[in-house]
Amino acid sequence: MDYFLTEEQQMIKEIAARIAQEKIKPVALKYDEEGIFPRDIVKILADSDLCGVYIEEEYGGFGGGIFEMALVVEELSKACGGIALAFAGTGLGTYPIILFGTDQQKQKYLPDIAAGTKLAAFGLTEANAGSDAAGIQTTAVLDGDEYVLNGTKQWITNGGEADVYTVIACTDRSKGARGFSAFIVEKGTPGFSFGKKENKMGIRASVTSELVFEDCRIPKENLLYREGMGFIVAMKTLDRTRPGVASQALGIAQGALDEALKYSQEREQFGKTISSFQAVQHMLADMAIQIEAARALVYQTCRYIDGGAKSFSKESAMSKVFASDTAMKVTIDAVQVMGGYGYMKEYPVEKMMRDAKITQIYEGTNQIQRNVIALEMIKELKGK
Amino acid sequence: MNVIVCVKQVPGTNEVKMNKETNTIIREGVEAIINPFDTYAIEEGARIKEETSGKATVLSMGIPSVAELLKETISVGMDEAVLLSDRAFAGSDSLATSYALSMGIKKIGDYDLIICGKQAMDGDTAQVGPGLAEKLGIPHTTYVRKIEEIREGYIRCQRMTEDGYEVIEMPLPAVITVVKEINEPRLPSLKGKMKAKKTEVTVWTADDIGADKALCGLSGSPTQVVKTFVPEHNVDSEMIEGTPEEQARNLARKLLSMQFAIQVQEEE
Repeated sequence: MDYFLTEEQQMIKEIAARIAQEKIKPVALKYDEEGIFPRDIVKILADSDLCGVYIEEEYGGFGGGIFEMALVVEELSKACGGIALAFAGTGLGTYPIILFGTDQQKQKYLPDIAAGTKLAAFGLTEANAGSDAAGIQTTAVLDGDEYVLNGTKQWITNGGEADVYTVIACTDRSKGARGFSAFIVEKGTPGFSFGKKENKMGIRASVTSELVFEDCRIPKENLLYREGMGFIVAMKTLDRTRPGVASQALGIAQGALDEALKYSQEREQFGKTISSFQAVQHMLADMAIQIEAARALVYQTCRYIDGGAKSFSKESAMSKVFASDTAMKVTIDAVQVMGGYGYMKEYPVEKMMRDAKITQIYEGTNQIQRNVIALEMIKELKGK
Repeated sequence: MNVIVCVKQVPGTNEVKMNKETNTIIREGVEAIINPFDTYAIEEGARIKEETSGKATVLSMGIPSVAELLKETISVGMDEAVLLSDRAFAGSDSLATSYALSMGIKKIGDYDLIICGKQAMDGDTAQVGPGLAEKLGIPHTTYVRKIEEIREGYIRCQRMTEDGYEVIEMPLPAVITVVKEINEPRLPSLKGKMKAKKTEVTVWTADDIGADKALCGLSGSPTQVVKTFVPEHNVDSEMIEGTPEEQARNLARKLLSMQFAIQVQEEE
């Protein structure tokens, strides 16, 4: 399918595809098994000018939007969904600054992120605050010219590897959802350390850590937007970056189909390649149909967002749900097509199946996404 | 420091078709790529240019469509691209190619170093680099695996040999041909691709570079290809299975039965 990408988008896709196939694919299995953070790949992405595709030109980026970011994530994820996350997780951590940062904050942080010399991370989740973000325990108290942070963030992508963290903390418990605020915290700030590094089912080349704040003092200027707007910052950021997760899922699914299709033409049983059997053909066809449908939805959602839409929670949630459910189903079928070989670690689909699972869970579980979609529909109907 | 990198387009497949009359490769209609060895020359040229803030020009001789390939080299560090394209160049052997390229290089002018890949993947002659140096009357070193030092008028490099390397010093300007050990070519960057899109490839004819047509193309090529063929391998082979001991025993038996060996001790 031709999605009529612009010439620039086509270039971005081509560069990302070459990096994925030539640089990521050969190391994906090793980095997954040993849990190696892909510093070398980040350097290649930086040298290829891809780190800033979604950052404004005046801050050293390419000036693209979520679509440009999604195209990179999709291509990288075809080779490894975990390695792609060093890039995508940085996008998640950077978007709060892009969307709500002052010119001064943008000048300070965006150029290094665009150049790929700094990575970013987003800290929202805590032990008792996942889908219910109102349960956040981390606090930020203004003391003179500084905010003092205390608390622990959990399961933070790029935690420990990133240099810039956007963190949501409670500034006024009495105000409920209006009592949270967003802050920028730099690695190396006294009182800011990293806790347990998680041992995960998939995306093992991505690091997931705790962020620990113990009387961590940050300058007042590091408040993002306004006090009390932390929840808005988080929700608006996630609405915009969900197609990023969707494109990660899309890439994983496409990577799995590519492997299964190739294998089906090599593997012979009963004197024929297994691709000549209708049972296998139908599975491959179903995988392809679902992936193409997911891609059409993800791309269109990206275009809708980048086109200046005001409200897109529903569309963004739909793209994430559909693409991630597709990735799970397609990777399971890819393992099935490849049979015993598919189950073995020497073949990449075993890893892809593990990697796919997280896309149904993080940046809002697919159940929460369905709540969002339904509530938006009900709201729309009432508004008529 | 100004660098000129010479590259050749080669067929991107193993199924090369030959023109039966001239016994030369048919390049039309075949997906062309830049000779893989030349990509190391491009990378080395780009690095020298970046470190010494000079200019890097890529040069090739070929059919008009080669211009598209030369454009791609802009995305990996080249600044300008020049293509020598003229019917008069058709059928050039390595001598006529060296001559045409040398005339192109004279017209580009103001260069410190010329870099070529060690050889082309299709012809495998490895003659154009040295030939070029002779035509230009400057020194050359082949099979360079590392540049130890380069500065105004001076280069010291390592020339790879079968069992080690030689360290060679030359005055500049000079020609080097490089082996793949010298570097790891970069992937194209987004800014590079944007620049490549805007770059116009300069195309020069034989007249533009003041070339003597008698020295160009088929008429300037003393090499006549009489026949090209893939050598046939009619050797039967058989894999001997089993444990190392069984394999050794079976091999010995076969050699004995074929009278390639004599038995000096009874089998146990």
